[in-house]
Amino acid sequence: MHKKWLAAAAAVVSVGMLTACSTTAAEPESTEPVTITYGLWAGTQTPAMQAIADAFHEENPNITVELQELPWPQYWSGLQTGAAGGTAPDVFWMLAQNVRPYATGGQLLDLTDAVAEAGVDLADYPQAVLDLYDQGDGKLYGLPKDFDTNAVWYNKALFDAAGVDYPAADWTWEDFRAAAKALTNPAAGVWGTAAPIDYQGGYYNTIFQAGGQVISDDGKTAAIDSPEAIEGIKFWTDIMADGSSPTLQQLSDTEAETQFEQGKIAMYMSGAYWALKMYQNEELRPNVDVAPLPTGKKQATVTSGIENVAYAGTKHPAEAAKFVMFASGPEAAKIQAESGAVLPAFKGTSQTWMDAMPEFTNLQVFIDALDYAVPLPVQGNAAEWQGMQADYLTAAWNGETSAADAAKAYAEAINKVLAEG
Amino acid sequence: MTSNVSSPVGRPRRRTGLGARTDWWALAMIAPALIGLAALYLWPFVSTFLKSFMNVPVFGPGKFNGVDNYTKLLTDPEFWQALGNTALYTVLVLIGIPLAIVFAALIQQVSRGRAVYRVLFFLPVVTLPVAVGMVWRFILNGDFGILNFVLSLVGIPGEYWVADARFTIYAFAVVGIWMGLGVNLIILGAGLQSIPTELYEASSLDGANRVQQFFSITLPLLSPSIFFVTILTTISAFQMFDLVFVMLGSVNNTALPDSKTIVYLFYDAAFVQFKQGFAATIAIVLLVIIMIVTAIQFRLQKRWVTYD
Repeated sequence: MHKKWLAAAAAVVSVGMLTACSTTAAEPESTEPVTITYGLWAGTQTPAMQAIADAFHEENPNITVELQELPWPQYWSGLQTGAAGGTAPDVFWMLAQNVRPYATGGQLLDLTDAVAEAGVDLADYPQAVLDLYDQGDGKLYGLPKDFDTNAVWYNKALFDAAGVDYPAADWTWEDFRAAAKALTNPAAGVWGTAAPIDYQGGYYNTIFQAGGQVISDDGKTAAIDSPEAIEGIKFWTDIMADGSSPTLQQLSDTEAETQFEQGKIAMYMSGAYWALKMYQNEELRPNVDVAPLPTGKKQATVTSGIENVAYAGTKHPAEAAKFVMFASGPEAAKIQAESGAVLPAFKGTSQTWMDAMPEFTNLQVFIDALDYAVPLPVQGNAAEWQGMQADYLTAAWNGETSAADAAKAYAEAINKVLAEG
Repeated sequence: MTSNVSSPVGRPRRRTGLGARTDWWALAMIAPALIGLAALYLWPFVSTFLKSFMNVPVFGPGKFNGVDNYTKLLTDPEFWQALGNTALYTVLVLIGIPLAIVFAALIQQVSRGRAVYRVLFFLPVVTLPVAVGMVWRFILNGDFGILNFVLSLVGIPGEYWVADARFTIYAFAVVGIWMGLGVNLIILGAGLQSIPTELYEASSLDGANRVQQFFSITLPLLSPSIFFVTILTTISAFQMFDLVFVMLGSVNNTALPDSKTIVYLFYDAAFVQFKQGFAATIAIVLLVIIMIVTAIQFRLQKRWVTYD
């Protein structure tokens, strides 16, 4: 009798597991109306995403797309439990530093055939972003939705007040450091720049500019302790030592971007993704401009982008694949660009993005930066080793240890993670 | 006579039949609860225990690796730091109990609007921890926070309460006490009401003052409730995660590496680093720690808890 109960319970459980069985995108589309879900983290992009879902429904009246928003802090834990439990959204946003476990764990729908059949030309997307998601298994798991490069946002009013010239297009590290010093005015509560421990918008860029690398070419060891990479880290620790940035504690309490919007920071090195938020700040808008990153030994910026991917456990693989192609396609790119929320990945749509914010006249620097962009380093369990940055680099930022020693200790920790595969 | 002899033989057989049916029905009736219990509590526990001896990728089956996870965890300085942080937080939050006793006794004295006070104290309990954490983050902000503004009025220099690892645990504790006060008040208030008023009347005839009454009547008779509240508070303090996550979990908070609690380590391992086996090990070790601490508390209660 007890066995029977166990069997019944097992049956209930296994039904749940069966639904997680893998499917391929090659299955025929359903003729019945279906609803698919689109998972994303909440933010300024939601209206554009809703517009894309609506446009898709108009073209495919049979398919309704429902947005599933999660706040950023819960997005990844929610997605992980959803994927493991068979309830993940049919289509969702993916980041390069998180894609590996999903791709190798068989959670993503293989879109290779569907994309080839539909005649999607991958040359329409930035190669650097495609490379970020390449797992080396010859399969295509998603299509780029957007991309971002970095530049220096600056506050013209603060430059004027300090009598400092605006950044020139060909400025150097020395120019940046000198400007940061000259712009700093403790009495007015103004800092020349902000130096948070920020990999994507901050020190990875300067590491590449110094001719260094974060991870070696073969992806098996850290390169962040090479003399060049240490130079790139020193760029930031020097700025901290100069007193040209708020302390790490101040930046922990109030994020750099917020302080920039408050007019407390004159130059903020970061990504194109802030454009709309700054543009919407009407008081700040006339004072904001953007300059290319300063040059070290060479020009460089890291680039990354969100991809639209489909869940392997979806009940509607054909519809999900179709929506991925649409949401990363030219029409969706136009909708995104017009909203100004983000730079679409689809080639030739960036002008529309710039036109959405006409008073920002120099947004072209973000697109020009693609010429010297390098993919964001995401080798191995990237979420793990990137998550350890504050453990190792804080002491260097606070001047308690040298950039070289901090980099060496961090490199050892990264090597351990990479060795685990 | 003979028929009488045979019937008892038949009866038990029938009774077994009936008994079996009753069992069956009883089982069927409690089945929803039983299946729920097994699926939602028993199975996850067994699975966590097994996973703690495995290397489990985020998706797909794991591989047994013996006690590797345990040696890795117990030799990791980060674990001992998190344990220290958690223990400090727990001790600090226990200060909330005497506070709750005092408030419960004061509310007991209130003749009108007792319920209003209880509701006010209970509000933080039913407020989302995330919202609570956000609000306290604003209050404790080093540059723009209300607390530092008030301190500046009386000439005390403020600190970066939630961005400096020397203060973060204390900041958590303040919020933790404030959040837990409501539940403790309800339990202790109920305990106070069950103390017979004759005891107070009799003792005042004998000339005992309020303070003497508090220590000789109230405290001893309240001790079972205090013990209960202490156990609850300790267990929930050892499981603290939300305050770290909300108050420091933002990008780039440099106080975070030195302010982690054990459950934060668990979250980090399971959901950021995708290491489910290692996360399961942290959960099991925490379970053992809580069991030991609770056992010690039950041992010690004999010395101070009076029943009747």
